[in-house]
Amino acid sequence: MARKISMRQALNEALDQEMSRDPAVIVMGEDIVGGMGGEGEKDAWGGVLGVTKGLYAKYGERLLDTPLSESAYIGAAIGAAACGMRPVAELMFIDFMGVCFDEIFNQAAKFKYMFGGKAETPVVIRCMVGAGFRAAAQHSQMLTPLFTHIPGLKVVCPSNAYDAKGLLIQSIRDNDPVIFCEHKNLYGLETDVPQESYTIPFAEANVARDGKDATIVTYGMMVHRAIEAATDLAKNGIDCEVIDLRTLSPIDMDTVLESVENTGRLVCVDEAHPRCSIASDVSAKVAQEAFGSLKAGIQMVTAPHTPVPFSPALEDLYIPTAAQIAAAVRRTVAH
Amino acid sequence: MADKRIVPVVMPKWGLSMKEGKLTGWLVEDGKRINVGETILEVETDKIAGALESTDAGTLRKRVGEPGTVYPVKALLGVIADDSVTDKEIDDYVSSYVTPAVEEGGEGEGGPKYDFVDLPDGRIRYAKRGSGAETVILIHGFGGDLDNWLFNIEALAENATVYALDLPGHGQSVKAINDPSLAVLAMTIVSFMNAMGIKSAHLVGHSLGGAIAMEIAREAKDRVKSLTLISSAGLGSDINSEYIDGFINASSRRDLKPVVEQLFANPSLVTRQLVDDLLKYKRLDGVDAALRALAANVFPSGRQRARLDWNGLPALVIWGREDRIIPASHAAAATGAQAEIIDGAGHMVQMEQAGKVNALIKAHISG
Repeated sequence: MARKISMRQALNEALDQEMSRDPAVIVMGEDIVGGMGGEGEKDAWGGVLGVTKGLYAKYGERLLDTPLSESAYIGAAIGAAACGMRPVAELMFIDFMGVCFDEIFNQAAKFKYMFGGKAETPVVIRCMVGAGFRAAAQHSQMLTPLFTHIPGLKVVCPSNAYDAKGLLIQSIRDNDPVIFCEHKNLYGLETDVPQESYTIPFAEANVARDGKDATIVTYGMMVHRAIEAATDLAKNGIDCEVIDLRTLSPIDMDTVLESVENTGRLVCVDEAHPRCSIASDVSAKVAQEAFGSLKAGIQMVTAPHTPVPFSPALEDLYIPTAAQIAAAVRRTVAH
Repeated sequence: MADKRIVPVVMPKWGLSMKEGKLTGWLVEDGKRINVGETILEVETDKIAGALESTDAGTLRKRVGEPGTVYPVKALLGVIADDSVTDKEIDDYVSSYVTPAVEEGGEGEGGPKYDFVDLPDGRIRYAKRGSGAETVILIHGFGGDLDNWLFNIEALAENATVYALDLPGHGQSVKAINDPSLAVLAMTIVSFMNAMGIKSAHLVGHSLGGAIAMEIAREAKDRVKSLTLISSAGLGSDINSEYIDGFINASSRRDLKPVVEQLFANPSLVTRQLVDDLLKYKRLDGVDAALRALAANVFPSGRQRARLDWNGLPALVIWGREDRIIPASHAAAATGAQAEIIDGAGHMVQMEQAGKVNALIKAHISG
């Protein structure tokens, strides 16, 4: 049955149900249990945001607290996946991926291809993304585009608890490496989530709001800003469709193109930097495939091409707002 | 205040969880004579769109609801009265109207009032409405759930105790069906009746639910008072196998929507929410296997396996003329039963022409 739970609880439930269903599922990461060497209060931490809390008591050593060496344990997770386990590695902040690029880009993403389809790497790398957490430039980035660029990786970024649970279970059961991006500011958000296990297929965007005048395409926390903008615009008679991509690689361009064919106007919203972003990728594809349907130039609303500021006032300016999204929609409908 | 000559037209409560609905448009003008059962306006909820039928005759004196606006359940949308009522009386009625609070059945947050019962085959979700002497059990069809009765359960509960349940493999009931046969599903209903302390009941089955009802009539006749078979399986061998396969195989909204549209004479009734809710159900672990096993057993090779009857019990057969899943011509097999074919409705006739179906069922049960 469905009840309202937070995205944090939904992720915990997904891990719990998959660990219970499949003994090959293991979880590893920094402080996911009690911190290295912690005696007595082994289940105290549950990760920096408490997502894995309670799992150690149920599954014991299938949860591995790792040293503070991302390259070591991401490499270990990828190796374990290649040898038949289904590891879920928690990398804390996506910003730390840099030290693991060889394992992720050159190993995990390439095994299936380089071994002629005979090797599989069913690893999930969970990480936090996004700004607004007062965590400064090295802990606040939205690096989703880096990973969508690499063939062989799947990239997921849910916007709510229902999607988070279904997409995480799908990610764990998928036989390819998945970068699972969780927005820091969404962990507490509650939505209706069934108690039972379920999966949401990749490349199946969710139309979060129906509309006929303009299409807003986005993902993650920006879905909520886009809906806020759409609600505001509706008061002025502008009816926006909001598409939540849910998975960035593979990406559901069919839903986007179908919507743009109906509305004729596109605003792409991305919390990532503007260049080579999800927004620019979707914009280019629509310009290529549906140019004839467009009634106005495509608009993009993204973070600026700067690091995320530590100053709270500047950080708030950095993140795209509902007002900016609404203004971009107004620019497209002005034509 | 309670002027019997003035009848309010209010936002209907369709379904257990409905709190508000959007008035999408009026179908009649001010001053029009309205007959009972005439559709007067259209409403869209987060579940489905539909037309509101008038429960009273009279003149539509004043339209209050604005098209495109969302109103809470029971909010005043218009006023029907006979011509002896003055315009001032109408205006006074409108200005003094207070939208009654929706009764919540004791649940906080206005959550839908469902219950669960543990049967030998697993946990079953059900809804119970009303407290009349007669008991009615509503049995949905393949891929459905108890919300298929959202336009019927409240109306039937006006003078009966009505239960609607999710069959195993469906809705929020247990997903595993150990032996996906009509006999086992029929026994699940009998166990449900035992658990609820129901000695005998009027069975109302839609589609596959109709075949299950007839199976119960065959195996446990003393537990059945009458049968109502709506767009029922079990009366012929034809079934739209493309629909069954399409429903099972669709995993995206784009694939599922055209499939589900076949259920209705008017495909625009299929809202995004309706399709999304079906997808959420189909994504649950175990559903795919349950649906495949059930279809393979009851509709092997795209034909209906069982040919059933109502075992001498009073039977009412209802069909939507434009049924694209099981043809309305199967109603002709129902010799000896009251057969009603309803225009402007497809397979989901109990949703599309709820007023007519409810009236037929009520008359059948009291008859």
